[in-house]
Amino acid sequence: MIDSDLPLLNLRDICKSYGSTPVLNGVSLALNGGQTLALTGESGSGKSTLLHLAAGLDQPSDGSVHLDGEDIGRLDDAGRAQIRRDRIGLIFQQFNLVPSLNVAANVALQAQMANRFDAAFTAEISDRLGLSDLGARYPEQLSGGQQQRVAIARALAPRPELILADEPTGNLDEETGDIVLTLLLELVAETGAALMMVTHSPRLAQRLSREVHLSRGQLAVQ
Amino acid sequence: MLYTAISTLFSHWHRRPGQLAMLMLGLALATALWSGVQAINAEARGAYDRAAATLGQDQLARLETPDGRPLPLTDYIALRRAGYLVSPVVSGELRDGEARLRLLGIDPLTAPAAAQGPALDGDLDLARFFTAPGLILMSDETAERPLPDGLPDIALTDGVPPGAAITDISTAAHLLGQSDPSYLLIDPNQPFGLAPLAEATDLVLRPPETANDIARLTDSFHLNLTAFGLLSFAVGLFIVHAAIGLAFEQRRATVRTLRALGTPLRSVLTALSLELTAIALVSGAVGVMLGYVIAASLMPGVAGTLRGLYGAEVEGVLRFDPLWAASALAITLLGASIAAIQALIGTARMPLLAPAMPRAWAQASGRIMRLQALAALGLMCIAAGLALFGSGLIAAFVCLAALLIGSALALPALFTGFLGLIRPRNAFAEWVVADTRQQVPGLSLALMALLLALAANIGVSTMVGSFRHTFTGWLDQRISSELYVTGRSVDDTSTLMATLENEPEVDAILPIISAETRLYGLPADVFGIVDHPTYSAAWPLLSAVDNPWAQIANGTGVLVNEQLYRREGLALGDIVAIGSGLPIVGVYSDYGNPNGQAIVSLNRLTDTFPNARPIRFAIRINPADVPAMATRLREEFGLPPDNVINQVEVKRFSLQVFEQTFLVTGALNVLTLGVAALALLTSLLTLANLRLPQLAPVWAIGTSRNRLAWVEMGRSLALAALTFALALPVGLALAWVLLALVNVEAFGWRLPMRLFPTDWLMLFALALIAATLAALGPTLRLARIAPARLAQVFAQER
Repeated sequence: MIDSDLPLLNLRDICKSYGSTPVLNGVSLALNGGQTLALTGESGSGKSTLLHLAAGLDQPSDGSVHLDGEDIGRLDDAGRAQIRRDRIGLIFQQFNLVPSLNVAANVALQAQMANRFDAAFTAEISDRLGLSDLGARYPEQLSGGQQQRVAIARALAPRPELILADEPTGNLDEETGDIVLTLLLELVAETGAALMMVTHSPRLAQRLSREVHLSRGQLAVQ
Repeated sequence: MLYTAISTLFSHWHRRPGQLAMLMLGLALATALWSGVQAINAEARGAYDRAAATLGQDQLARLETPDGRPLPLTDYIALRRAGYLVSPVVSGELRDGEARLRLLGIDPLTAPAAAQGPALDGDLDLARFFTAPGLILMSDETAERPLPDGLPDIALTDGVPPGAAITDISTAAHLLGQSDPSYLLIDPNQPFGLAPLAEATDLVLRPPETANDIARLTDSFHLNLTAFGLLSFAVGLFIVHAAIGLAFEQRRATVRTLRALGTPLRSVLTALSLELTAIALVSGAVGVMLGYVIAASLMPGVAGTLRGLYGAEVEGVLRFDPLWAASALAITLLGASIAAIQALIGTARMPLLAPAMPRAWAQASGRIMRLQALAALGLMCIAAGLALFGSGLIAAFVCLAALLIGSALALPALFTGFLGLIRPRNAFAEWVVADTRQQVPGLSLALMALLLALAANIGVSTMVGSFRHTFTGWLDQRISSELYVTGRSVDDTSTLMATLENEPEVDAILPIISAETRLYGLPADVFGIVDHPTYSAAWPLLSAVDNPWAQIANGTGVLVNEQLYRREGLALGDIVAIGSGLPIVGVYSDYGNPNGQAIVSLNRLTDTFPNARPIRFAIRINPADVPAMATRLREEFGLPPDNVINQVEVKRFSLQVFEQTFLVTGALNVLTLGVAALALLTSLLTLANLRLPQLAPVWAIGTSRNRLAWVEMGRSLALAALTFALALPVGLALAWVLLALVNVEAFGWRLPMRLFPTDWLMLFALALIAATLAALGPTLRLARIAPARLAQVFAQER
């Protein structure tokens, strides 16, 4: 159950250091259900790190990450894995497709792991993303844009509440990037998921409902 | 979720069936060689146990004379009258030409229940068993062999070990020409109130033979086989380790993705373990079948070896034992787990956000290499210490293991050191050397496997070659008579010898006469010889007092074989219990004989063992007269052709036995080398997949794919050649340990070491061929790789 008073994602005073090098320094950020948020900033500003912390892929040095009110930092590896599997869709800049699975299997992967595989819905998103004819191909046989569309379909297939996308168009040319982002935003809107997207591009950031800028590990504008 | 994780991880093998095949092949080969050897050992040990259980010898104590000669019948009668439950056994060997049969005559009326055994169960016709001419029980296998003439009717039964037969005591006494019992079996349930047997008689009480003599004698042979099996298993595991290591590297990205998408680490590890278990079970099953085939095909050779070397009778047929198959599968699982442990730990420790780019596989850090070098140094010191100060068979084998493992561990450091000495003259050569140095950690396991296989090959072939060389020379000296004759009977032989002695062309007749006895508590043969230069001029003695042959001729000394001399730690002058006792005047080498042996004068022998009479003799004659004499013996004296053999035939037969003895070792040697070549292939395939990022820049700046491919091939050959250069001293050290330590401990004789450089050259060529074959696939692939694939490396490097 989602409490409408609570933000879906709530990052509180997040600090993160690697050794003696601080990366994030007291970042607080909240994201409500259905919201789309662009996270911008120069290279090394801590955008990807913040996204990884939000996904429970990494632990903050200080501060807490709450998903729907639950402090995911208190969960063990299996608990955080379950959150990612059941509630979060992750899109990586490097696609991170499984090379030994074909497109259809890659798209269905997370939904099947979460026991939420809906063949009709998966077919619909695959169709919308132009993957219907590519089901039997393997990732190495696809272009970058096609691979990114497979990654988006995989993230959306289990109908997650939150989508975390790390520069999903960073590997694509401008035109393909625009097409991919348009599709992503349409599908996010239709499924009612929240989206937090890391991007370098102010132009793409403007297409999302909110934009925050990270500079030297701190939020510059909110 | 677990199912999805398993199917996702397993999809890797669908896309790379060759790699899966290699992994399964490695596991199957490792299992096959190990389980095959185990099957052979188990079969042989089973045969020893069955032999020990004949007449309940493994459960019943016995009474015998101190020197093992027959005991007076009166002793037996006295004990029975006193109320003791003892049962007589007449035991001996029937010889007729090459036909031999171990005969056990029992008295079914007095024999303890445990001595009745399976042989006497069932539908035995007791009336025929008791009454003349009697009935003789033996196994199918024994019945199919050449048997001595004059045996009564044969009844086939499974309960009698090969080479032996059971019959009634009166039948055995008649056949062996021995009326007194060889020993008395003691019923474990003696009547109440009698004094202990030891107080009632002067006979010696021998406890039940829980581990019989043959089992003890052959322990070293089985240990040898086990060592080879273990070496093959270890080499097979190198392949498995390489294949699993490659799969781990290739699936790092998949594992990371699975975890990022919500698969807990525990589930990933469970999925990997289940996958490995399934692969290991399937490969293990294939390996068990293969092992059975290998063992079954080697079994006749092993049986021949055990018979030739130790006189142990083992059936040449292998039985299938489900317990053996199950234990082989368990060993496969254990081996696969050992090979996979590094990959599993790596997966468990891999940070979720680790870069997914494959790093150089199994890249050992300088620290690990230093630790390996230190461990190698330590092991070498242990090997040297044991070689100089150790004693016993176990110490010899530990010395071998330390030498082999130590040299394998030293390999990466030695290679790196060697590469550091090379001073390239141009930039490309510099890159080749640097690139080779970078490859050493990844290839080191496979090169270690190759080193072990080559060293084992050099060591064992040097040992066998030295043995063959010495054996051939020894045969030339020992088999010096021109003709060897076997009479049809003892009486026939005596007549024949007397007749031939008067023939003008015959220089001398040398009777071959021996008696079975026990020396120092173990079975031994005593031979009697006449005074003739054949012995004094030609027989090689390892050590002797002055003029030993004269003392033998006078009947005042005894010669003992090397086995007895070393086993009992004897010295010249020590008294051996033959008759009233004789001092040792010399020691002779006696290769291939498992038992103790002694030589005395003919007169001394017949005095001590009145029943001993020759059935064979040798004729010294001008070699030109040999064919005529042989024809005469066959035609005029009616001897069967096989009973008259010349020197050349005796030597050929002896060499046949010798070659048979080392057949199994040779087969295992070749198999181990084959497995090592496969390990090298797997590692090269592994590196070929992971090395594109290193090759792509060199290609991009103007080196053709062909040139890169030639460099790859040249490097593989150079590494194989270097491995051979290191394997050579290790192999020679191995041969020395085998000849100077293991042989002495295991067989009781020491051999001079000989070197066979031609064999080394052949092995070197074989190593280069193996390396060429292993490198061919990866090299061709590199020569034909699509430029787009190399260019892709740069696209992926962002």
